[in-house]
Amino acid sequence: MALKPEPLIFERSVPGRRAYRLPAPTAAGETLLPEEHRRQDAPPLPEVAELDVVRHFTRLSQLNFSVDTQFYPLGSCTMKYNPKLNERIASWSRFAQMHPMQPAPTVQGFLRLLDELEQALCRITGMAAFTLQPAAGAQGELTGLKIIRAHHRLKRKPRSTILIPDSAHGTNPASAALSGFRVVELTSGANGRLDLEELRAKLSDDVAAVMLTNPNTLGLFERDIAAIAQLVHSRGALVYMDGANMNALLGIVRPGDMGVDLLQLNLHKTFSTPHGGGGPGAGPVGVTKALEDFLPVPRVRKAGTRFRWEERSTRSIGRVHGFYGNTGVLVRAYVYIRTLGREGLQRVSRAALINANYLKARLSKTFPVPFDQHCLHEFVASLKPLKASGVTAWDVAKRLLDYGFYAPTVYFPLVVDEAFMIEPTETESKETLDAFADALLRIADEARTRPELVTHAPQQMPVARLDEVKAAREPDLRWTPAGAPDPHPLVTAP
Amino acid sequence: MEIPQALRYTKSHEWAKQDGGEIVVGITAHAQEELRDVVYVELPPVGKAVTQGEPAAVVESVKAAFDIYAPVSGTVTKVNEAIPKSPQLVNQDCYGQGWFFVLKPGQPAEWNALMTADAYATLIQTHSSGSGT
Repeated sequence: MALKPEPLIFERSVPGRRAYRLPAPTAAGETLLPEEHRRQDAPPLPEVAELDVVRHFTRLSQLNFSVDTQFYPLGSCTMKYNPKLNERIASWSRFAQMHPMQPAPTVQGFLRLLDELEQALCRITGMAAFTLQPAAGAQGELTGLKIIRAHHRLKRKPRSTILIPDSAHGTNPASAALSGFRVVELTSGANGRLDLEELRAKLSDDVAAVMLTNPNTLGLFERDIAAIAQLVHSRGALVYMDGANMNALLGIVRPGDMGVDLLQLNLHKTFSTPHGGGGPGAGPVGVTKALEDFLPVPRVRKAGTRFRWEERSTRSIGRVHGFYGNTGVLVRAYVYIRTLGREGLQRVSRAALINANYLKARLSKTFPVPFDQHCLHEFVASLKPLKASGVTAWDVAKRLLDYGFYAPTVYFPLVVDEAFMIEPTETESKETLDAFADALLRIADEARTRPELVTHAPQQMPVARLDEVKAAREPDLRWTPAGAPDPHPLVTAP
Repeated sequence: MEIPQALRYTKSHEWAKQDGGEIVVGITAHAQEELRDVVYVELPPVGKAVTQGEPAAVVESVKAAFDIYAPVSGTVTKVNEAIPKSPQLVNQDCYGQGWFFVLKPGQPAEWNALMTADAYATLIQTHSSGSGT
């Protein structure tokens, strides 16, 4: 790993240096753009040679923590390894060079892949139909909420409230609010799960749906899910499941069998497609037969052995993405599912559960795990015992970087003090899990004996502790030439 | 931890103060300490009707974003324009310059259901030593 900080590419600029020289515009080109739209001065781009560009960005990539270089136990985000076979097949020119405007008869193989992926997701989740359009988990939630609204509207009983447990993913209340619903929080019961009495008390004829994450963000399976679904349905509301934690359930239990009416899957979490800045993502939405007509158009339809796009459907909520979503990502998920098959996927979830429980067993004596019981794919430990030495979860997260590990999610979920949310995923070996546990236990020792080592971490990264407060209060988001005022300030200084 | 006797409190760590028939609202010393450095505040528009126990404002700290709940129902009559510009006031002076908004209470009886300083002190004491944390 390169350990020196890399300057901005603008700081490498030398006047007159070029990587590439464009041909001079022809006379016709000069006149194509109206005078008033032509810039008078050259844009302030960095002046660098091609080799400067290559070295700059290669060095930046070497400064990166990624799942290809380090253990990445970021709870609630399932940062799993992306097998290289997915990449290889997605980069085949017949996938990569396809044009989205190509007529259906010329892309039959690809439509078949999309159809088979939908069928596979139906079998995995027990839902009746899927759309692959949404570009991410949160857009999947939005799509689901639009379907929920359309469902109640068709019954001529519009409803305006969504119930969301306090252990749900943070995007759930955001998506519901964005859709114009009123969000009411359900307080978790003493065992860290949804409390049936709390649910009963808050259910009303205005509740459109309950949005829950199962397993929840504490890594606990909602054992009462069947009773929850029955109760919700008895009041005419729907059960939406955030499927972001599906990595715990593959081949073990199906949301469709639990009484879930609709859910989104995060292919970049469960089905090994690139995640985060490496996206784009995909958040397919699955529904029961009763809700199928509301799915976005277009849909892939099979007639005999041929496939076509169905562009119109009277009850559909309409399009949620251009064309049919981020299809390159869909190819990767398809390859992953086909490579592993039913038994392989089941082994994925079993290994994810065993890995999380192994780490929990090694750590929970030092870092208490509230609601301590067998977890599924992740667990939340509390770093509160270190507070006595003035060390916070934040500090430990920074110190872990020195030990070569990406930090787990901190301070989430909010129901646990000094939360450290750990999700190892299925692909990590026992050696890696032990090395991570050893590092955390050593940091706990450091916190007692040499707390300044932890509170001033990281010590060995290219940059020391960043001033996150200043960065948030006075964001400096754009490079400007030395001495020149920013022509388009993003924020006005207070 | 400072918990002024003259104020009333909520379980969600807001304080409320009677001021000439209106109620001033802010967040407690315990809340700002748990939040750590506040970096962003979103206040309700003046004139907005709020309901007791429902979100009325948002604070964002380096740790996370949190809703600030209305301690009583009523109408927002004034907001503290200084804190969106200088969010650090919430950390520096949570009972003074870091106030959030003023409400004209709709249901005066709700005031009596708020916690006294002693009850609130007991609440955060239990929270700090509780097993669920």
